[in-house]
Amino acid sequence: MAEVRPTGPRAVAGAAALYGVLIIAAVLFLIPFYLLVRNGLSTDLEISAPDWKLFPSSLQFGNVPEVLDNRSIPFLRSLRNSVIVSVLQTAGAVFVASMAGYGLARIPYRYSKAVFVSILATLMIPAAVTFVPSFVIVSKIGWLNSYQGLIVPVMFQAFAAFLFRQYFLGFPLELEEAARIDGLSTWGTYWRIVVPNSKGIFAAVASITFIASWNAFLWPLLVGRDQEMWTVQVALSTFLNSQSPQMTQLFVASAIAILPLLVGFVVLQRYIVEGVERTGIGG
Amino acid sequence: METVAGSVGPARTEPVRPGKAIPVGSPRRSLWKRLAGPQNNTLWFWVFVGPFVVGLVAFVVVPIVWSLWLSLFEARNTLSPTEFVGLRNYGDMLTDPAFRSSLQTFVAFAAFIVPLTFACSLSLALLVNRARVARTLFRSVFFIPVACSYVVASLIWKVSIFNGVRFGLANTVLRALGFEGRQWLSRPDPPLYWVVIVSERLWLQVGFYMLLFLAGLQRIPAVLYEAASVDGASRGWQTFRHITFPQLRATSAAVLVLLLISAFQAFDEFYNLLVNAGASSYPPYARPPLVYLYYVALGRQQDFGHGSAGAVILTLIIATFTLIQGRLLGFGRRESYG
Repeated sequence: MAEVRPTGPRAVAGAAALYGVLIIAAVLFLIPFYLLVRNGLSTDLEISAPDWKLFPSSLQFGNVPEVLDNRSIPFLRSLRNSVIVSVLQTAGAVFVASMAGYGLARIPYRYSKAVFVSILATLMIPAAVTFVPSFVIVSKIGWLNSYQGLIVPVMFQAFAAFLFRQYFLGFPLELEEAARIDGLSTWGTYWRIVVPNSKGIFAAVASITFIASWNAFLWPLLVGRDQEMWTVQVALSTFLNSQSPQMTQLFVASAIAILPLLVGFVVLQRYIVEGVERTGIGG
Repeated sequence: METVAGSVGPARTEPVRPGKAIPVGSPRRSLWKRLAGPQNNTLWFWVFVGPFVVGLVAFVVVPIVWSLWLSLFEARNTLSPTEFVGLRNYGDMLTDPAFRSSLQTFVAFAAFIVPLTFACSLSLALLVNRARVARTLFRSVFFIPVACSYVVASLIWKVSIFNGVRFGLANTVLRALGFEGRQWLSRPDPPLYWVVIVSERLWLQVGFYMLLFLAGLQRIPAVLYEAASVDGASRGWQTFRHITFPQLRATSAAVLVLLLISAFQAFDEFYNLLVNAGASSYPPYARPPLVYLYYVALGRQQDFGHGSAGAVILTLIIATFTLIQGRLLGFGRRESYG
């Protein structure tokens, strides 16, 4: 807002109150992250000590290699699974949804609208509610404990296709027409002209999909039942709820598990914000 | 098995049929030639949209149809049941006190989490929108919990903040203020577990909805505020009531329904906070619908008949919510389909 703000003691007091509230809220929001790091660098005894201290008496950096070397916890294996699943799911979801979005937005076809409305209709049924029947299907086709079982059934996001369609409706038609005159096919136009000029929407949908995939819990819990197929969330949950979990290791492992998203968040913030905004507005 | 494929088949091919039929109709030219030609929009449409539609049919439509079918059978420990029971599973579910109490749990949960998240994310958006220094920093701090999973947040909440016995931040603060420590999660009475569940979800979600409100705030034309100040409206409450809040109507409606639907799907934090360590048993209280379904349909009983009936009932409830959202946001109007 470009208006001229009043100055003087009242305005100063107002600004002080504003920033005071913001800073208190910010500290509250950061406390859980601090606890994660603090507990990860404490000893097991100190986490469960009756007198709670803000700072651990000594920093146990040795906890980090201990988690990575721990043979009884398949933590590295679960990290690897999460990377494979999230990367492939994101790539696959963006690929099929963007093509569908382009087809629905740009290729004239008699039943295009009917297809679009049918796709929209499936939005009314969130994946979480259909987990029982989806699980039934996946176990019927023998995809339990497999990467394809973890990835493929959750790869078709009607909302992503919807977002791409809305975006491509606004894509400059002149660019596509020029490409056609240059002799490119529909696919060539899409792949060589439309996609390279739409990096923003691709990054936005991809980052939102990746976050959701990395943090997914219920579906990987159902499908990746064997220890070798645990994703990082399932592994963490299993240890959290095991008989006598080693708390420091659990906290270190959790800190490592959220690290990729924190880094990604800093690097890709612009696209994530755009992705969230589109998610709410729907286009 | 044959019966399954037979009953699923028609629903599966219906949306695809028109497209599939057309390429078959012109067999003289090769596929490549037909793709290269300018007039083959139908073929190109299905090249682009087909993979997505096939996936959606296979992993959304077929499971729903199958579960409709399963819900009419007695299906314990089997996916190919033979004993047709009609609507009995539905009757059982609707009269099952445990299923009804899971719906009540959802209502109680939604009654806390929806208004709280709405108010907190709107307030934060208003504050951040006013900040002129370090605005991006504050936005990032409030948003960054979105990067955290429910599993990790549950670990922090369960072990470090709301730990019932001696340690734990909440009890430490309570004791410092002269109160006694509490058993946060292990007792249904008083239901303090709601404090844990609601605060965790609040922390994880507020940033997401704050961004939606910030985007909404930025779309309000500055002219409106200028006009209001010319008319002598005081900054603060009056402008909020008469300009900001009415202008945020569409965003508010979207946020409310998104919150409701996401509350309905709550599973991760309930599961991770409340499953008893070691015993891997879930307490009899605080079971929202998905947790209940998880244990009925996929637990030891493997009761797919009742589980599917429950899933169908929940799907109907969610679809109703989404239709209301559609009305509120104008999705149902023709022009929004473009």
